[in-house]
Parts: sequence; C-alpha cells; structure tokens
Amino acid sequence: MENKIPSLQAPFSTPASVVVPNEPPSIVARNVNVWYGEKHAIKDVSIDIYRRQVTAFIGPSGCGKSTFLRVLNRLNDIIEGCRVTGKITLDGDDIYDPRIDVVQLRARVGMVFQKPNPFPKSIYENIAYGPRIHGLTRTKKELDQLVERSLRRAALWDEVKDRLNEAGTALSGGQQQRLCIARAIAVSPDVILMDEPCSALDPIATAKIEELMDELRREYTIIIVTHSMQQAARVSQRTAFFHLGDLVEVGSTEQIFTRPQDKRTQDYITGRFG
Amino acid sequence: MSNSAEHVFPLRSPQHTAGSSAAAATLPLEPPGAAIVDDQALAPSRHTTTEAETRLRRRYAAQRRFKAYGILAIAIAVASLVWLLVTLLANGITAFQQTYLRLDVTLDPALVDPRGDRSEASIRDGDFGAVVREALRSRFPDVEGRGPLRSLFGLLSEGAQFDVRDKVLADPSLIGTRQKMWVLASTDVDMLRKGFFERTADGGGGGRLNAQQVAWYDALEASGDLELRFNRRFFTNADSREPEMVGILGGVVGSFLTLAVCLVLCFPFGVAAAVYLEEFAPKNWFTDLIEVNINNLAAVPSIIFGLLGLAVFLNFFGMPRSAPLVGGIVLALMSLPTIIIASRAALRAVPPSVREAAYGVGASKMQVVLHHVLPLSMPGMMTGSIIAMAQALGETAPLLMIGMVAFIVGIPQGLTDSATVLPVQIFMWADNPERGFVEKTSAAIIVLLAFLLTMNALAIFLRKRFERRW
Repeated sequence: MENKIPSLQAPFSTPASVVVPNEPPSIVARNVNVWYGEKHAIKDVSIDIYRRQVTAFIGPSGCGKSTFLRVLNRLNDIIEGCRVTGKITLDGDDIYDPRIDVVQLRARVGMVFQKPNPFPKSIYENIAYGPRIHGLTRTKKELDQLVERSLRRAALWDEVKDRLNEAGTALSGGQQQRLCIARAIAVSPDVILMDEPCSALDPIATAKIEELMDELRREYTIIIVTHSMQQAARVSQRTAFFHLGDLVEVGSTEQIFTRPQDKRTQDYITGRFG
Repeated sequence: MSNSAEHVFPLRSPQHTAGSSAAAATLPLEPPGAAIVDDQALAPSRHTTTEAETRLRRRYAAQRRFKAYGILAIAIAVASLVWLLVTLLANGITAFQQTYLRLDVTLDPALVDPRGDRSEASIRDGDFGAVVREALRSRFPDVEGRGPLRSLFGLLSEGAQFDVRDKVLADPSLIGTRQKMWVLASTDVDMLRKGFFERTADGGGGGRLNAQQVAWYDALEASGDLELRFNRRFFTNADSREPEMVGILGGVVGSFLTLAVCLVLCFPFGVAAAVYLEEFAPKNWFTDLIEVNINNLAAVPSIIFGLLGLAVFLNFFGMPRSAPLVGGIVLALMSLPTIIIASRAALRAVPPSVREAAYGVGASKMQVVLHHVLPLSMPGMMTGSIIAMAQALGETAPLLMIGMVAFIVGIPQGLTDSATVLPVQIFMWADNPERGFVEKTSAAIIVLLAFLLTMNALAIFLRKRFERRW
C-alpha cells in the first residue's frame, strides 16, 4: 500500500529503497496472542518488519507494545505464567519452534532497554561479554578490535577510549544507553529491539541516540517502542499503533501521522487520548 | 475602599511574600480592576486558623514522642550492653593475670635428671614436685610436722613443678645450680591476692586458707616473692581440674575445627540450594513445600539437631564421639536453613535489569546466574553465612548431645580427636563451684565475644569490599 505514494516520502528525505522494501520482510508475525496468566496482553497481532528500517511501535501505556517487542526475542520466556501463541518467523525460522535455540535467537535479536542497564563491570567488559560467551573472537586482539568497532559505531569511542577499565555504571545516562547499544551491536545481531531507549534521557542525549539509530538502520533492522510521537515521526520509516493489545494500524510513518485510517489512531496522534 | 482591597492579598507564608515581591519587580502591575478580588479570596486559608495550628502542634508533638520512644529503646539496649560488658570485664579481666611465687630452687641432679644423661626423656622423668616443695620448705625452714607441711605445700599449684621443668628442658645446663624461679601459686593464694577472698577473723582467708597459710602469704608478699604475672597458660593450655591452670586454647582449636567443617559443608550446599530454588526450580507445590520446610527448620530448637547427630552420625554411622567432625556436621545442618534463606534474599535483591541485560545479549540461564547474578549477590551471601557461622560459634546445646561436653585436657590435633568448643567450655567452667573458675568463665566469655566481634567485622569488611568492586 505504502509504496504507491512515493511523493509523500519526500519530506522524510530517506532513500525510497529503504522505505519501500522490495525484499521479503525480516520478521513476520501472524496471529500472535500473548497471555500473562489470565490477562490477554496481545490479541491476534500480525505484522511484517522489514530490513534496514526503523519500525516504531506507539500506543498508550499498557497497550502491549513492549510485550510484543519482548516476544520477538523471547525475553518473555523468563516471565512466570507468560504464554505465547501464533507464528513468528525471523528470516524464515519459526522462533517459537522448540528446535530453535533461544540463546542463539537472542544473539540474532539484540535488545536495548528502557533504563540504561550496563553490567556492573568495566566499559570494556560490558562490550566484550557478549562476543566472549558466543565465542565470536579467537584472540584478545580481535576482541579489542571488536570492542573498539562497537563503541565507535555507538558513537561512544571518543568519549571512553581512555577509560575502558572504568565501571560502565559511572558513565552518564546517555553514555550508558549508548554503551548498551554498543553492547547489543557487539554480538552482530540482525535485529535490534529498543524499548523506549530515550525515556530516561535528556533531549541532547536523546538526539544523539536518534542520530545513532538513523546511522544503524543501514545495517540493522531496528524496532523501537516509544511514547514520544515526535520521536516515532523523526526516526522511523514504519509505525505500528497498538491499543489495548490490538494492533490497530500499521503503515508508513508518514501515512500513520498524516492520514491515519482508524479513528483511534487519529485520536491518539492528535493527543485526544492516551 | 475597592482600591485598598486590591493590595490586601492573603499573603502569609514568607516564601509567598518573597515570590510576590520578586514577581512585582519584574512584571508590570496588573491594571486596577483586572485582578478578581472577591470576598472568598480574602477569607483566611483553612490552613492558618487556630484549629489548624492546634492540629499542626499535635502532629509535631506526636512526632517528638515517636522519636523519644526510639531514643529510649536505644538507651535501654545500650545500657544493657554496657552493663553486660562492664560485669564481664570486672569479673574476667583478672583472669589474664595469675599469682606466682618466687622461690630459690635447687636443681638437684639426683631429682631432676634421674638417668644422669641430661636427655629430654630423663628430665621428663624427673621429680620436679619434690624440687619445688623442697624450695618452699627452705624458704620457711621452721615448719615441721605433717599437717603444717601439707598447709605450706597448699600454697603451690600442681602446675608449679611444670614451670621449673619447662625451664630446665629449655636449658639443661641449669641442672645442679641454684636458681630464683617464678612458680605458679595455688588458686586460693591467687584469689586472696586478687581480693576475691575476704580475710576472716581467725586470720584465715575465704574459708579455704588457714591463719598459718595467710601468714606465709603475707611474708612472701612482704619480701616481693609473690606477684601477679601475665597468665600465659590461659592462652596455651586446654582444660584442667585446677582453675589456676586452665586455658582456652583447647576450646578455641575445637571451635575452629568445628566451624571449619561447618563452613566447608554448609556454604557450598547452602548457596547451591538457594541458587537452584531461586533461579532454576519450577514454582509448584513441591518447591513451595521445600521452602516452607526450610523456613521451619531455621526455627527448630538447636538441641533437636544435636539429637539427630547423636542418632544418625554417632549411633548409625558410628562416627567418633566428641569429635569436631561430627560437631561441624551437626552445626552445618543447623546453619543450612539460615544460609539458604539469606542467600535467596541476596539473589532476589539482584535487580531484574541485570538479568534482562544478560539475557538480552544471549547469555544462557547458567551464564546469567554464574556471571552476573551470583557475583552480585555474593556479598549478601557471605554476610549471611558469617552471621550463621557466628551463631554456630555460640551454639552449645547440639554439641552437648554428641559428647563435646567431655573434660578434655589435650588440645585437639585433628577432626576426629576428642574436643570441646568455647561455649561448651564456658558452660563447664560456669558449672564449677570453685571461686577460681568464676573469673575464668568471664574471661572465656570475653574471648568468645572477641571472636564474634572479629567475625562480624569480617562480614562488614567483605560486604563493603565487594560492593565497591561491583
């Protein structure tokens, strides 16, 4: 649908090839339902997530967008009483197939959390931990290079290169969040999930993270949950609106924000509820 | 009228006043009549009436009372502690010194070196008792007769001969010479010297020393041949029948061996059980049952564990009686619930964000636990374990059941040697009617408290140190 209206993509100044994917989607979710005990948190959600795009999940609090994000790397597995039905594929592999290794899946689908949560270890160890447990490097030199590359990509290298052995928790909030992004990148994932990555940050740190996302989407599929509609409009190419566990509407960001099809979407983005 | 009303705003709090004047300085005044000043705005605030002020005063009074109760509770606790410590120190501090007599000892080769080869074996066979008695007799040569001599020798301790023997063993060239030596006095002399025995009207002391003995005592003290010296025996000896010869080393070594066994058993098992229950076990009725039972076990009277040890380890497995090995196992059973509960609390206190972060980069469950959760909860686990150990150190009842209450004069050399532990030692000395044991009991309690303080200080140190690292 959205690829029929190229003129509207102009204001976003993004290459048309990115917004209008010709390749098959990276993640395909069909009829996904999630229950927390008796609570039906996600109702029959079907969505396609494309490569090299930022997809934003928006919606009022408690609408299930974070839950759905955690379904994608099976982080909900660690929550007691959480049940998922439906089918989700990542590059054709059913991620809820019992034969799928969840550890491997989480290496392919990295995650950045709402509150910056670096390990209480040194900056270097924070980045090196993932590659080390997955055995991605063979020598110390390779690991050093990987750490540097990840920190550079997260635009943090210049700020921390002289104090790699200091605690990651001693950095400022924005730096910690970029450290967490670098930590996710270091494992070379295909997809990066971001759960309100800027909600605990000031506007300057937020701007840096947003800039970084725009940079990172050249290589990664990025899904971001956000409460800020401005942020969704700024960074994403596609937007999905969730409400009370339903996926109300999904489309190009531009279409969602200018011509929403559903009344609820319109009410939400114009601030009438939420 | 209406003009003046504009300036009568209900401004009461100082901040409000300051704010309004600051606003007035920067903002142009509103045109007259623009501000809506009706009767309601002029009415006093509900929070400044007399009633409100009474309520406020009552609130502050309640707060002051609450603080006073707290201070009172602290004061009572501190006073009891101070009272305990003062009593203990007053009773026990004297035990670190012991009364010694200075005698001119003639080291007759015939007595001290019966084989004449000056070898250690020969000296150990020597009759040093006779040597010491002879020395005391030569100090008071006019004492004759069986009864008076017995009284005279009553001034000496059983241990006096060992003081001389040890000196000769250290330097065999002393044999055949005449030396001035300090030898241990009996407990009655010691008690008189320390003022615990009252002198009676007939010239005796404390009902244990007769007038003659007190006269000899006075003579020795007058010539400077009787004084208090540091009581080295207290730290190098084990138990004894004679209060002047007892030491706590046996109890300390026994306690150390017992606690070592206890720690080696209960720390790994406790931590492993806690990690499994908290991180891996499914939540179902069976694990709930286990949890309830662990919590109940922590409250089981410790003597029950002693009975279990007696029935299972001694009677069924035939392990040695009075051994630190069995004591350690019994104390480990007793400490295990405490350690499991403390460790589970420490694991639960690890923030979920750390787990999520680790799962997020693809760590397996075991890696999350071993690399992140366990190191973060280690300070809490160690604190819990040390507190459990301190509790085990002070435990008496279960050890009575497995025979660690025996009278043991040797210092235990291994895990299966007969041994006793500090609190049991205190229990046995406290049971002893002799006045000399009272101060030894208090002194042993001081030593036990010193150990407990050291252990708790270690717990605090470990916690602080690891908290800083992580």
